Amino acid sequence: MRISDNDMLELIAFTLGDQEFCVEVISVREIRSWTPATILPHSPDHVRGVINLRGVVMPIMDLSLRLGMAASEPTQEHVIIVTRIGEQTIGLLVDSVSDIFTVATDSIQPAPDVSRSVDRELIRGMIPMDDRMICFVELHALFETLESEAA
Amino acid sequence: MDMNEIKEIFFQECEEQLAELESGLLRLNDGDTDPETVNAVFRAVHSIKGGAGAFGLDDLVSFAHVFETTLDCVRSNKLEASQDLLKVMLRSADVLADLTAASRDGGTVESSRTSGLVAELEAYAKGQPLPSASAAPAPAPAAAAPEPAQAETPAPAAEAPEPTDDSGFQPVPFSFDALDGDDDLAIEDGRSVFTVRFKPRSDLYAKGNESVLILRELAKLGDLQVRCEADDLPSIDMLDPEGAYFSWLIRVETDQDEEAVRHVFEFVEWDSTVEITAGADEEAFAAPDAQGGDQPMAAVPFDLSLLEDVPAVSAEAAAPEAPAPAAAAPAAAGDESMAPPNLPLAAKAIAAEAEKKETVVPAVPAAPQTIRVDLDRVDRLINLVGELVINQAMLAQSVVENESGGSSAVNLGLEELQQLTREIQDSVMAIRAQPVKPVFQRMGRIVREIADMTAKQVRLVTEGENTEVDKTVIDKIAEPLTHMIRNAVDHGLETPEKRTEAGKNAEGVLRLSAKHRSGRIVIEIADDGAGINRERVKAKAIENGLITADANLSDEDIDNLIFHPGFSTADKISDISGRGVGMDVVKRSIQALGGRISITSKPGKGSVFTMSLPLTLAVLDGMVVTVANQTLVVPLTAIVETLQPEKSDIHSFGPSQRLIAIRDTFCPLVDVGNILNFRSDLANPVDGVALLVESEGGGQRALMVDAIQGQRQVVIKSLEANYTNVPGIAAATILGDGRVALILDVDAVVTASRGQPLSPDMMLAATG
Amino acid sequence: MKKKVLTVDDSRTIRNMLLVTLNNAGFDIVQAEDGVEGLEVLEESNPDVIVTDINMPRLDGFGFIEGVRQNDRYRAIPILVLTTESDAEKKNRAREAGATGWIVKPFDPSKLIAAIERVTA
Repeated sequence: MRISDNDMLELIAFTLGDQEFCVEVISVREIRSWTPATILPHSPDHVRGVINLRGVVMPIMDLSLRLGMAASEPTQEHVIIVTRIGEQTIGLLVDSVSDIFTVATDSIQPAPDVSRSVDRELIRGMIPMDDRMICFVELHALFETLESEAA
Repeated sequence: MDMNEIKEIFFQECEEQLAELESGLLRLNDGDTDPETVNAVFRAVHSIKGGAGAFGLDDLVSFAHVFETTLDCVRSNKLEASQDLLKVMLRSADVLADLTAASRDGGTVESSRTSGLVAELEAYAKGQPLPSASAAPAPAPAAAAPEPAQAETPAPAAEAPEPTDDSGFQPVPFSFDALDGDDDLAIEDGRSVFTVRFKPRSDLYAKGNESVLILRELAKLGDLQVRCEADDLPSIDMLDPEGAYFSWLIRVETDQDEEAVRHVFEFVEWDSTVEITAGADEEAFAAPDAQGGDQPMAAVPFDLSLLEDVPAVSAEAAAPEAPAPAAAAPAAAGDESMAPPNLPLAAKAIAAEAEKKETVVPAVPAAPQTIRVDLDRVDRLINLVGELVINQAMLAQSVVENESGGSSAVNLGLEELQQLTREIQDSVMAIRAQPVKPVFQRMGRIVREIADMTAKQVRLVTEGENTEVDKTVIDKIAEPLTHMIRNAVDHGLETPEKRTEAGKNAEGVLRLSAKHRSGRIVIEIADDGAGINRERVKAKAIENGLITADANLSDEDIDNLIFHPGFSTADKISDISGRGVGMDVVKRSIQALGGRISITSKPGKGSVFTMSLPLTLAVLDGMVVTVANQTLVVPLTAIVETLQPEKSDIHSFGPSQRLIAIRDTFCPLVDVGNILNFRSDLANPVDGVALLVESEGGGQRALMVDAIQGQRQVVIKSLEANYTNVPGIAAATILGDGRVALILDVDAVVTASRGQPLSPDMMLAATG
Repeated sequence: MKKKVLTVDDSRTIRNMLLVTLNNAGFDIVQAEDGVEGLEVLEESNPDVIVTDINMPRLDGFGFIEGVRQNDRYRAIPILVLTTESDAEKKNRAREAGATGWIVKPFDPSKLIAAIERVTA
């Protein structure tokens, strides 16, 4: 499911601060503008709370904070990428969506072993694009860790 | 639909049949003598067995078979449905339920449980019940092994002429005579030759069989040579249109055995004479030719090509030049009764006749029509209506905000919309409403089990089983109810000896009832036991430090101590009602459902537990409040009263605790915003509102919130669907402004205020 | 032309198994849940063959077969009875009531189809 027939991946890129990240398009349901979330007590800092997505209560994750960077200060320009894996839907708070592109799986390079602040299991690899570098976020790991952290 | 789906249907159906079985047995136990009750009970077991057979669930089949056999004896009045037998059957029903569950979930049932009952059931079926049903140990292995056919069929004489009956595949009776002797006739390239004489009787046709179809079937085995003999054909005026006058001489050359040939006649051997001999009978085939011309119809070589198109059973076919088809349908031309099924021959006359006959069909009272709907679809509908309710609220709110006052037409329209929305919601909720009957029925089993374990005699009486409540509630009440029932039998009722001593009937009565009261369901569990021993409860509470030795408590207060966490009246922890779970947990889980529970007890007369629950977990009536700029919903059922604290009412207690004086008592203040980590400092109680809530153990707490926004019915939304449970929060909802608001878990907050941290494992989710 | 089978059984499980099996084998199917409904459906649906259970509420298989055989239009229709292997007595009763043949439960699809093929033109 994660790998398409011809080993090509369709990805959606977004920015967090001055860095670029991406996730697989296949898990993205929609992109919507920021709306204030209802705070959840006793939740990790990167869980901004929950919002109403057409009747469904959906948690919002501050992806910047989750990846070890500064907390977002959401404005009208910020967007929420609604992602779904299995039966679970989570909104990712990001600065803006920058690109949709396709890469061959073999062009994904392993993440360098330098980062101490970034949870390496959340990063599937690095994708070089012209003079850019896009960090490929592993959504499955992100979803899996959400529950254990929350508890 | 595939087999897995059908298997799911099977297990669903099993649930229904098991419920039917149990309620039928209970009715019989209460003296019901209606034969239809026994029939229904029999059908339930029979049906489970039938389906289980289809899925190869052998354990289930063999137990159901033994059970069915004994039930069949009752059904045919060979065996009396005594109380003792019914006890065995009720326990068998329990085991059948366990076997079903094991088949579904992949577990096992201890073979000792089944083998004991199998022995008892078989003994009853044989008319020799074992001496004492309850004392029946695991029987000898031989008796335990289910032997299907034996015990069951009081084989009637009619059974005899059925050589190929059931198995269909008996050892091959290969004819060695044929090999030795007329080998040139019998064997050609490993093929055998059989001669079959087949003479149908008229009953054969009356039962829808056809000679021609038999021949066609036979032709599938190999090569056929067929001769139709009409020696018995009477003259036309003597001819019974439905008589059977033809017989058949058939030579079969096949690579199959005699058994296979005989098998073709399986359905008709009852209504015909069939002789099968190995080898050819050339003489017989030769004979008719020799008989010559004066009886041209007597024996006719049968044209097998006619078998290709069998419906040639036509009414015009009786003429001598086309004798064969007529033979298949032995009748004269033009007789309408000869019309094969579905030919529109003389249809009108027949229809008229048929109408007359229809009155033979027994009249059956019209049952209310029902359809079966996937629960998913109903859930989806309920969710959508929930959205509708929210949207309607949002619309109303924005109208109020945008137009000061609004036009009267808009307001009127909004009011109507609100009314309609509410009605739709009620109607939709009614779809998912279900009677509490299945849960009550399960309790019957619990009572039997515990009565057995504690050697007590208990009769369970249920009332109001048809009281309906939302499925979400039904699913959640079974567990607390089970604990309460266990508790009532284990602690409430006395042993038969003690009851007799006290001048009571040795058999205790447990009354389980349900009824609707002011928009809630009230379930009562009443026993006629000894009642609460208040001296002992009080002593225990003092010993455990729950109350002081000089505490002045009312009887009611003492009774309610049993709901206090950690309180256990049993001197030793009982494995039966306990399992380490006390009434405090029962109370907590009921409160988590938005319910309440209370007890009243009379010494020597018994105790009554009363719980009241909301009719649904899809919506709840809530108090919408503000806490540290957050909007929260507090379930209305938890709130005893709301207070506007005066400065003089507030008293400090210890380092950080504050108490509020309510009339003559002091009640601890709980700052909700602080407990939920919305703010680190404590709010000034005078600036806010106190919600007096009832907490565990009968004590009360005053929850401090900043302001009350109003009361509202809210649609309950799960937080766990996309996240996880949150300490202190029971669920979420969506308010009129479209934003998510959290529903407070009052008990968790109160517990946390005692210094225990809020943690997920304390949570009892309130949503389904 | 497709043959039409009327199945009469009170068990949802068995009804569904019959439905799937017969559908796959290319039959048209009409269903009834007991003998009373079976007689009603019979009139409307005009089947070529009937497969019926014995133990059913309201009107059992015996009564149903008798009812069919009393109906001039359908008295010669083939009727197969679903029976369990131990039901020798019932088989005889069914036969006396006018059943054409029987299928032993649990049936496997090929046996069911074979039995139907055997009694239908």
